[in-house]
Parts: sequence; C-alpha cells; structure tokens
Amino acid sequence: MGIEFLYPEFEVVRNDARCIRCRVCERQCANEVHTYDEEGHVILSDDAKCVNCQRCVSLCPTRALKIVKSDCTFRENANWQPDTIREIYKQANSGGVLLSSMGNPKPLPVYWDKILINASQVTNPSIDPLREPMETRVFLGKKPGVMERDENGNLKTELPPQLELSMPVMFSAMSYGSISYNAHASLARASKELGIYYNTGEGGLHEDFYVYGPNTIVQVASGRFGVHKEYLEAGAAVEIKMGQGAKPGIGGHLPGTKIVGDVSRTRMIPEGSDAISPAPHHDIYSIEDLRQLVYSLKEATEYKKPIIVKVAAVHNIAAIASGVARSGADIIAIDGFRGGTGAAPTRIRDNVGIPIELALAVVDKRLRDEGIRNNVSLVVGGSIRSAADVVKAVALGADACYIATAAVLALGCHLCRTCQTGKCNWGIATQRPELVKRLNPDIGSERLVNLMTAWNHEIKELMGGMGINSIEALRGNRLMLRGVGLTEKELEILGISHAGE
Amino acid sequence: MTTIDAKELDFTKLNDRIRETAGDLEIVNCLGQRFIADGQSGRTITIQGVPGNALGAYLNGADIVVNGNAQDAVGDTMNDGSIVIHGNIGDAAGYAMRGGTIYVKGNAGYRAGIHMKAYKEKVPALVIGGGAGSFLGEYQAGGIIIVLGLTGKKIVGNFPGTGMHGGKMILRSDCKDVRFDKGVTVSPASAEDLEAVSSYLKEYCRLFNEDYEALMNAPFTIVTPDSSNPYKQMYVAN
Repeated sequence: MGIEFLYPEFEVVRNDARCIRCRVCERQCANEVHTYDEEGHVILSDDAKCVNCQRCVSLCPTRALKIVKSDCTFRENANWQPDTIREIYKQANSGGVLLSSMGNPKPLPVYWDKILINASQVTNPSIDPLREPMETRVFLGKKPGVMERDENGNLKTELPPQLELSMPVMFSAMSYGSISYNAHASLARASKELGIYYNTGEGGLHEDFYVYGPNTIVQVASGRFGVHKEYLEAGAAVEIKMGQGAKPGIGGHLPGTKIVGDVSRTRMIPEGSDAISPAPHHDIYSIEDLRQLVYSLKEATEYKKPIIVKVAAVHNIAAIASGVARSGADIIAIDGFRGGTGAAPTRIRDNVGIPIELALAVVDKRLRDEGIRNNVSLVVGGSIRSAADVVKAVALGADACYIATAAVLALGCHLCRTCQTGKCNWGIATQRPELVKRLNPDIGSERLVNLMTAWNHEIKELMGGMGINSIEALRGNRLMLRGVGLTEKELEILGISHAGE
Repeated sequence: MTTIDAKELDFTKLNDRIRETAGDLEIVNCLGQRFIADGQSGRTITIQGVPGNALGAYLNGADIVVNGNAQDAVGDTMNDGSIVIHGNIGDAAGYAMRGGTIYVKGNAGYRAGIHMKAYKEKVPALVIGGGAGSFLGEYQAGGIIIVLGLTGKKIVGNFPGTGMHGGKMILRSDCKDVRFDKGVTVSPASAEDLEAVSSYLKEYCRLFNEDYEALMNAPFTIVTPDSSNPYKQMYVAN
C-alpha cells in the first residue's frame, strides 16, 4: 500500500440477484480472485488478482459475473498514458525488467486491414467452390529448376523433400512447457486430421506424440532442448529457430517453476532448473555457419526431410532471407512483430521488429529479383488472424502461413496476456495438472479442425471470387490486391497499387 | 573392419559411404570433410587425418577416434557414445551435449562445452588435456568439464562459466590468473571433488599415456553455479 499501491486494472462485477452461491467462480479461478464468506453467505472478489481471462464469466451458470476495466484512473494525459505510468510504478517498485505475454498489443499499423482483395465481374467469371474443384493443397520445399524425364516419361529429376499441406496454414511453434500436454495433444491430433503440421517449439517432443510425427515439425533452437537422433527422425521436417517475431534478437527463459515432471524429461534437463535458450546459436556467426547447421541436420536425417529456418522480421529481412535461401534451407519461415509468445520482455515485444506484411513483400521480391525464389518456400506468421489474412499473404508471395495465437484462441484462450504466470485458467499455458485437465484434447482438436475447415472454405470462396481455382495461381499474384489509405512508399514496398488504380 | 579412402571425396559422398557400411570403420586420408558420423550409433569409427566441422553431431552411441586434430562443433548435441581426439580441437566442442564423453589430448578453442546438459543418469563429460579458450562452459546447464593444462597453454581464457546454471568444471590449476564471471563459485577442489571425477582422469591417462600420479600432483579448482535459476529475480510481470 501507499507509494507502491496500484489500483486494480479490472473490476469484478457480480449481479447479486443472479448469483446462486454455487462457488463455480471460486473453484475455477487459479488466481484466487473469488472467496466464499460463510457468515455473510456472499462471494467476495479481490479485483487486484483478476487478469480478465473470463474463465469465471464463461462458467457462471446464471451469467451473474462480468469483468470491466476500472474507471479509477490517472488524470488524462495523452503523452503519459495509464499503461506507461503503471509500468514506471512497477519498475520503481521492483527494479525488474517488464515481462509480458502474447503479441504486441500496441496500436501499430495492421497492413492486412489496409489491403483489399479483388473479385471478378463480367469477364473472367468467378468460380463457385461448392460446385467446382478448388485446389488449396500446397507443397513446401525446394523446387527443381528443370524437370527431366526418361524415354518412358518417368521423372528422372530427384525431387527435394517436400511437405504436403491440405491448405496453406500450419500451427506454429509453441513448446511443451510453455503450453500444456493437452494443448499439444489438441494441436497434434488436429494436424493429423487436417493434413497439416504443428510445431514442437524448442521443448522437445513428448513420447506420447511420436505417433503424430508425420504431421510434426520438430524444432532445433539455440538451447537444443530435447534434440536427439530419434526426435529429428520423428518429425516430417526440422526447423532451426534463429528468431521469433515477439522477441527478435533475444532468446528465451522458461522458468524453473515450469520445468516439472514430463516437461523436464522431454527437455532432458533437471526439474526446477531454468531452461535457457541463449539469444544466438553460439556456433552461428554467418550464413556459412548457418549452412553448417542446416547440413548437419540434413546429414543426420539423410536428406529425407526439408529444413526450415525461422527468422524474425527485422529491418534487413530481405538481405537476411537471401542469405538464408543460400544456406541450403528448404523453407524460410518469417515471424512478424505482432507474433505471440509465452513470455517476452515488454520493451522488446512492443518495439523490436517490423510488420510481417512488409517483410513478406520485400523478401518475395528480393528472392524473385535474385532468381532464387524457387529454391525455398516462404512461410509467414506473426498475427495471421483470418482466412482473409491468409489469402492476402499468399497473394503477397507466401507459400503458407503459420498461426499460433488464432489456434490458442480456438482452444479457449481469452488473450489475458498473463501466460508467464503459469496459472492459465483455460489449461493452455500452464503445467498445473488441475488446470491442464480443463482443456479436453477431444474438444480442443475438434475446435481446431472446425476453425481450419472454416478458413479453408473461406479461402476457396475468396479465390473463387477472383476466378482463381488453385492456390498456386494466387501465390505472388499482387494484381489481386489493392491498398487503401497507404502512402506511396508503403504501396511501393508492398508492391501493390492503390484502390481505384 | 571396412576402410574408406576419403581422398578426393566430398562430404556428401563420404557420409553416404559411411552410412552404406555397417560395423567398425576406418577412414583414411580424411581432410576437412564435415558432418562425419552424424547421429551414428553402435560402431567404432577411426579417422586418420583431420575431420571437418560438426564431427559426430547428434552422435547416438558410436565411438569415434581421431588420429589428428579436429575442427569446430565436435559432438554438437551429442546424446551418447565417445569421441577421442589425439590432437587439438576447434571451437564450440560438445555444444549442448547431453550424454557420452569427449576426450581431447591437446587444446580446445573458444566456447568449449557451451550449454552442456545433464538429465538423471545421463551426465556428459568433456575432458581437455591442454588449455581451453574463452567462454568455456558458457550457459553450462549440466555435465562435467575438465581441463588439465598439460600443454603449457593457459588453463582457460576469459569468462569461463558465464551464465552457468548447472553441472561443474574441474580445472587443473589454482586459477589465480583466471577471470571468472559473476554467478559462479570458484574454490579449490577437495579430495572428494577429485574422487568424483577420477574415472575421467584415469581414462584420460589411459588414452593418452599420461602418468596419473604426476597428473594429480597439482592444485585443482572446482567451479559450480550459484543458482539453477539465474534470471529469477530479473523480471516483473506486466
């Protein structure tokens, strides 16, 4: 209290006439906001502990609860916003580096929302996906420049390894440890059913999920957690994580409190020890060094699996991607600055990196200009929120998109942005058994399948409207895009015309 | 035993040949080919010459003997087995290794044993006969790093154990002139400390014909991390 006091950000509003004292809210809140007072026969709420995850709101059988933003606030000041003032108080109280979760919430430009998609009228008729075949299947990997056949018409050219996706979307990396066993189970099962892939992140692969290997991308990051021969062989592809959109230039620390039980075994580190992924790979100082790691993984997997190199979208991303394309990587994944995270220093999350739309546009152009675009596939992530974002990304030049925030939303996440506490009431970003069991993998995987099925149908409708029946014909087809409210420079970088042109 | 002449074979051809053969193997005329024996298990591979970078990466139980020097990233992310180098070794030896042993007769470059790990019965060990470069055992999370200083080179360069949060280092020196980073405890090794690693020291002597008694007749220093949660206090939730 006193100088260190921060007024609670949210208020728990209970309609007492509706409350039946069933105490569901009390049992459901890992933050211990609600307590039952026997004497007064009332439920009390400690607003200060509330993170606005909406778990109690969602489970209250009589809709007696709502969470509202507190109107007790500082004197209005356009320069010193309440968040800024609170952050100063927190740091003055603790001396700590501010730590946040999930993607950048700042009101920075979302270019997807300033790009509009074309449709056919009169000429080049549109296609109805309900009645006509539409192809959303994509293959990720290096494409040979020349195809040779023998006298019998059989392919002589040896095809580099490819990932086959039923639609141009995959679930991006979230480690076991940062998210729960049931969250991984949901992603793995949904990927298998959908014919797409999920990504282990840098926490290794739980032994129960080796059966989903054909739909799994296994990640190798600077900490090398859980990486061994069987792990590399289990996956359909291997991803080298160089960077992450939410925290370019830094590594990760999974706190020792989350290294328990199976997480410890899967990462192959002792319980309670911090899992530290250093910022750089300490054997990579150049594209040549990256090439060495790419080829050591190719050798270890006998050239049977595509190697993905994941980088964060940063200022010189075009030159970086050009280098990565020459490193022997089969696929480049680029993660934009609005990408999510289980924990990142606030200042890094909110200030480092560039939007994925711009990064994708310049990388695709650079690789085309250099004549090496077909040497790699491009996968983009960092806040792909809908089928429309996917279509725009493909038209800007992406082969496929990575989604993670949208996937955890499907699993019940309400974006309260407190993953780092490990007390996720929805059973996603937690390792506490009583919370993990709240996420039922049967329901979780079904909801992911629903989401992706819906998106795939929307992708087909948007493509059909443009008179395009194959995702291949959409890729890099920037004529299908127009900008609204963008400057000349922004349009130039995106390589699109303004609406009306 | 199969013999492969590596002369004028590039790394892809050489490694294909290695995978095509089974059982013990000798590679002669080795000159800089990378990725030799990546992920191999259940065989002994003897190399005459100098293998290139990433020798024995992801090694899964094979035994490798190099009669010569080795380059960078030997035993990267090694899981099990052994690598014995009858010479010097380049940078980042044993990066993130989690099992098995690496014995180097001579010196090691920068960042040896970086981010070594351990889990339950799997405790990797890296034994360097000569001196090690700077950043030895950076981010060390487990396992044992031993440096013996037998070649006359300074026992270790600057900042050994930066970010160390598990495992231990045993250095055959009083380390008076070594600049350690904060976050580690540096103290003279006790008889029990040395007893705990004596099997590695004896194995080094056996492999490279050193006299164990003479080896032990010197001061030893043990380095351990202060905390397995070095960053715990650094953050405030926002």
